[in-house]
Amino acid sequence: MSTTTVAHHEEHAEHPTGIMRWLTTTNHKDIGTMYLTFSLIMFLVGGSMILAIRAELFQPGLQLLNPEFFNQLIGVHALIMIFAALMPAATGFANWMIPLQIGAPDMALPRLNNWGFWLLPPSAILLTLPFTLALFGIGDGAMATGWTFYPPLSVQGGIGVDFAIFAVHLLGISSVLGSINIIVTLFNMRAPGMTLMKMPMFAWGWLITAFLLIATIPVLAGAVTMLLTDRHFGTHFFDAAGGGDPIMFQHLFWFFGHPEVYILLLPVWGFIPQILETFSRKPMYGYKAQVYSLWAIGALAVVVWAHHFFTAGMPVPALLYFMYSTMAISLPLAVLFFCWIKTMWKGSMSFETPMLFAVGWIILFGIGGLTGLVLADVAADAQYHNSYFVVAHFHYTLFAGGIMGIMAGTYYWLPKMTGNMYSEKLGKLHFWLTAISFNLTFIPQFFLGLAGMPRRIPDYALQFAEFNMISSIAAFVLGFSQLLFVYNIISCARGGKKATDQVWEGAKGLEWTLPSPPPYHSFTEQPIVK
Amino acid sequence: MVRGVNVHYMASLNENEVLTAKEQIDLKNKKLVRKLIWLVIGSLLFAFALVPLYDVLCTLTGLNGKTNNTAAVIAKAKVDETRWVNVQFTSNVMPGLGWNFYPKQASIRLHPGKIETVIFIAKNTTNEVATGRAVPSITPGIAAANLKKIECFCFVNQSLKPGEEKEMPLRFFVSPELPKDVSDMTLSYAFFPAVK
Repeated sequence: MSTTTVAHHEEHAEHPTGIMRWLTTTNHKDIGTMYLTFSLIMFLVGGSMILAIRAELFQPGLQLLNPEFFNQLIGVHALIMIFAALMPAATGFANWMIPLQIGAPDMALPRLNNWGFWLLPPSAILLTLPFTLALFGIGDGAMATGWTFYPPLSVQGGIGVDFAIFAVHLLGISSVLGSINIIVTLFNMRAPGMTLMKMPMFAWGWLITAFLLIATIPVLAGAVTMLLTDRHFGTHFFDAAGGGDPIMFQHLFWFFGHPEVYILLLPVWGFIPQILETFSRKPMYGYKAQVYSLWAIGALAVVVWAHHFFTAGMPVPALLYFMYSTMAISLPLAVLFFCWIKTMWKGSMSFETPMLFAVGWIILFGIGGLTGLVLADVAADAQYHNSYFVVAHFHYTLFAGGIMGIMAGTYYWLPKMTGNMYSEKLGKLHFWLTAISFNLTFIPQFFLGLAGMPRRIPDYALQFAEFNMISSIAAFVLGFSQLLFVYNIISCARGGKKATDQVWEGAKGLEWTLPSPPPYHSFTEQPIVK
Repeated sequence: MVRGVNVHYMASLNENEVLTAKEQIDLKNKKLVRKLIWLVIGSLLFAFALVPLYDVLCTLTGLNGKTNNTAAVIAKAKVDETRWVNVQFTSNVMPGLGWNFYPKQASIRLHPGKIETVIFIAKNTTNEVATGRAVPSITPGIAAANLKKIECFCFVNQSLKPGEEKEMPLRFFVSPELPKDVSDMTLSYAFFPAVK
């Protein structure tokens, strides 16, 4: 029947060439590659912004940036890193690897997939365009509210806020489309015999992420839409004079914003255990416990939002509720940490680059989690709120826990995607430079926060000078080490030692049964999973 | 070779409606997509439903320090002379309104149940007629429901001619149901430019 035509198709892998291939593609591997490339570019863009900020903070006083521009860079850096670097990277891996891991020929909704990706470049342009417009005297630059859009500042801000609102709309639509696609793929396209509880952990992480995205992104979209109508159409959602309430925005924003943290991390919690089992050469410990923990974290994620603004004013019972529920998240997370460590326990471990990143990730993400517990404490938070302690904390979770995780995944799957081995030597150098300079950047910021340095301010008191200088120097080392990463990826894509099908000695799972690189159309005949 | 499952389905289908394996999957996908789109719409509606829900929650519990913004019925509650409550007043003028605005007295000591009158003074320092709206807030929020205003300049918009100074009275009482552990409360007014 249809099988013959499908098989025929597989041999030829016909597709348009040049730019039209990428504009019109519905192939999950092409789209995955585009997501990952976009993410890498935006990672460098967002990174250069923060280097400008660190250069300003190198010394006390105002040297390089005026405060308004400084504020703009801070907000846009965060939006780019979260929505244009970290999320597309996870979606890129999902596109590439989920069909391969579950033995599906492609994603369930290939055209939607194409659209989901092509919404991203316009939204990146919307985010950064106000900078350029300001050079020509139009508007006063990008939004300067920080990525959280808090009113009344965001209601009073210039056109940059409108641009950012529309960018968030597009990014939101893109993520929701991606999520729908992933859920449908995971529910309907699994190879015969692959029950839900036989899915690879990465698929589980993404399934929960996708549900969280669908539940919370519309709330963000609604909140920024209210902001837009407050700005231009005379509504008073957040204007106290008109009966509104600016604090309500914080509730709406963080109802999305807290789950967003787990949206960024769950896919990483999915593939890190796979990397650990590969390089420990023994099966993952506690598969079921991990799946249930992921669900528990996903469920808790939507009921703890107010811990982001303890100091905004709340009655004591509410403070206590949000404190205890936040701390409760550390229980399933502790289960995950235990499973990750137990997976390595007495394994026959080897430390190729992905494993180095994975092990480093466990330690650094652990620091991020533990400092989060400090902030969850209402009494302590009154001191640390809006200080550099918070900045250091969320960079341990999102840079170490998010981006270094993505780097582990990149090195792990790059040989599979390109068919070539990357340079192990450069990879290891990249790891050590990244891990050391990352710690040197952010450990001083913990101390700065404890000493009372507020975040998002371009100038600071003299007693903070030494730590800021260390942090800035390390930030530049961290930034420039990423060029090694880019070079390694590009040279790996261009050629190098051929990778075997299995690539890693201990690798298990369907994606490693295919040739490296996998053919343009793979699993047109679904494998049977026992 | 197409694996067992799909072939099975095909045999059970009506001859006229034979679907290929791919069409079956597409149909299944469409159904799930439709459900998920409902979920998206549901979340979006939920976001907007949170606005009234938030207000209801704040009014019911007084969580946000919101007070009544219409006159309270004068209670026949007895004055509790065994107890003193200290009520402090603070004031702010928000950007866009060129007024001076301050309470005539910084605080008042009263018995719960006793009706008191305090005066706020507002002066328009600009040479234009301006309309403002005072928005109250009470700390601790838990006491908000217990401060009952009988007459307040904050119930309606206030207009001041250029240079005009006006005494604005507030008549209120603290209900005797005020939680026992509250002995001090702060009533804060922020004067906003009135919205059109």
